[in-house]
Amino acid sequence: MRVVLRARGDFGEWRDTARGLLAQGVDPRDIDWLSEEAVGQELFPPVPAPRSAAHRVSVPKDFLPLAESLICHSDLARFDLAYRLLWRLQSDKNLLLIKSDPDVERAHALNRSVHRDGHKMHAFVRFKEVPAPGLRRAFVAWFEPDHWIVARNAGFFQRRFTDMDWMIATPKGSIVWDGESVRFCDEPAEQPDIMDDADDLWRTYYANIFNPARLKVKMMQTEMPKKYWKNLPEAVLIPELIVGAEQRVREMAERAASNSAPVFHARLQSRKT
Amino acid sequence: MKKTLKARLAILSDAAKYDASCASSGTSKRDSSASGGLGSTEGSGICHAYAPDGRCSSLLKILMTNFCIYDCAYCINRSSSNVERARFSPEEVVWLTLEFYRRNYIEGLFLSSGIIQGSDYTMEQMVRIARDLRLKHNFRGYIHLKTIPEASARLIEEAGLFADRLSINIELPTDAGVEAFAPQKHPANIRRSMGELKAKIDEASEPTLQTKRRKRFVPAGQTTQMIIGADQASDATILGASAGLYDRYRMRRVYYSAFSPIPDASKALPLIKPPLMREHRLYQADWLYRFYSFGIHEITAARPDGMLDLAVDPKLAWALENRARFPVDINKADKEMLLRVPGFGVKTVTAILNTRRFKRLALDDLARLKVSIKKVQAFIEAAGWTPAKLIDRADLRTMFLPEPVQLSLL
Ligand code: SF4
Repeated sequence: MRVVLRARGDFGEWRDTARGLLAQGVDPRDIDWLSEEAVGQELFPPVPAPRSAAHRVSVPKDFLPLAESLICHSDLARFDLAYRLLWRLQSDKNLLLIKSDPDVERAHALNRSVHRDGHKMHAFVRFKEVPAPGLRRAFVAWFEPDHWIVARNAGFFQRRFTDMDWMIATPKGSIVWDGESVRFCDEPAEQPDIMDDADDLWRTYYANIFNPARLKVKMMQTEMPKKYWKNLPEAVLIPELIVGAEQRVREMAERAASNSAPVFHARLQSRKT
Repeated sequence: MKKTLKARLAILSDAAKYDASCASSGTSKRDSSASGGLGSTEGSGICHAYAPDGRCSSLLKILMTNFCIYDCAYCINRSSSNVERARFSPEEVVWLTLEFYRRNYIEGLFLSSGIIQGSDYTMEQMVRIARDLRLKHNFRGYIHLKTIPEASARLIEEAGLFADRLSINIELPTDAGVEAFAPQKHPANIRRSMGELKAKIDEASEPTLQTKRRKRFVPAGQTTQMIIGADQASDATILGASAGLYDRYRMRRVYYSAFSPIPDASKALPLIKPPLMREHRLYQADWLYRFYSFGIHEITAARPDGMLDLAVDPKLAWALENRARFPVDINKADKEMLLRVPGFGVKTVTAILNTRRFKRLALDDLARLKVSIKKVQAFIEAAGWTPAKLIDRADLRTMFLPEPVQLSLL
């Protein structure tokens, strides 16, 4: 059976479909999960799968957050995996506790990846100020997530940037906050072209907080992979900071200690004696 | 002519980079959805950027001013240094914090300062910044203030109402070190300030009689920092000092900062490469003390000079010294012993304990838990696996050493 989903991180879509399939006893091995995008070009779209919001299925309470996060992953195999777990849980309630089971392990791997993507979004979104019509200030950010995580992370930004209007636009949908409500749209957005003068101050800070005597480039790159650099205002400085580091340390050593202290030091010293 | 804001930001962030901490964790959970203001702290702090030194940049870490009337030999801001000086007004610090926060560059502010005029004068300005952020601007992000050790108790108390975390640097591991390199600072005063702060934190954590609510006071506790490698203190001395700080003042963290060459360094100190590996091993040992119930003497017993082994991590070093306690049967051993297996972290141990209720674990299962089999196999027994006397091998240590670097001709 071919099952086609919009597949843009909407958990309810998968859940209702999975309930329907489970109610009919469809074996995971008999399902071919597809996304609308993947079948878009086909002449004869497949018949919609049975959906059932009413059919109740009981699952251990750990399954829900795991499945919600799984469904946001970009790997198409996520739907099959989530359904297989659901299927197996019907006869083995303890399945999720067996962390070394291949399905469970895979689900956790995808889950980690979705969480990591969310963390990176919290960390690397950069708002730029835009002219605002009213009293509230307005900001826009462009971000490129790996997975369909935009909607599930809206709450974080709403709770944090409550007193300003903002939009986060991404190729996997956008969220907008206006002080009243958060709206989500799952259509791909275009990258806006905006400048913000504060970025320059931020770059000044970034360049100066770095200690050239402690250069550890690999460490930086595992935490801030290159794929994020293009949307980070500070990242343009990285190459020159790395190249200049050794030179700066050498200069410090060569300059050694100077013999004269500043005038106010002498004054302080004389005050004490 | 007065320097521009940008020029002063350059000077005052440069001066702050020798502080190891940039953490924004451990505080109470809060957000702005009810207040309609700005800022939140949810669980662990976020690293918004990483500098090429691999350090997480989470807070706007700046000095209010780098003018200082003290003359601490290891410090770039000491009065005898020829470094360029600058100063922010409290309003400027508030502005920078808010504007940086709105653009999601930072989690909040970590403010320290050189001492100008006097301890109280300086501390008062810092408190004013924190107060304005909270009360005037409805800011709920993270605030860490480095308190001035000699400031009066009244100011520290007020700081604690607005800050998430306060810190007082112990500076060097021994009193003699502090007296030699920071002649105007007094170890006894530093300890007294730490003790008073702990007492206030304890007091605030008791629910009051009338309201049954706990007072909000420095929810992320106090931390401290010591400089490593400027004086001659051994690792055993350093870790002993840390253990004392954790136990006596309930420090959340002791930060170790490898002494780093600074521009216009004092002649009293060596111009060396910062001992980064040593700093790393100290953090690992500190971690074993806090989360793996190792005693400090166990960690440092192996070597007569009291230094940690730089080639292997302290947990592995301990295991190699205590081979009689291995192999550990992962299907039977208790939690405490599992935690002592080199290569097992706290998460792994929890997963093992959970999973073995349902099945006997083999090496495959460990591999799926993302454990490096190569690293642990000599130390454990599992279903279908007994280490073939690996543990007795004389060359066991060398098996864990990093590959020797091949030299090539240019
Ligand atoms: S008091 Fe602080 S800022 Fe002043 S010289 Fe000593 S360590 Fe540096």
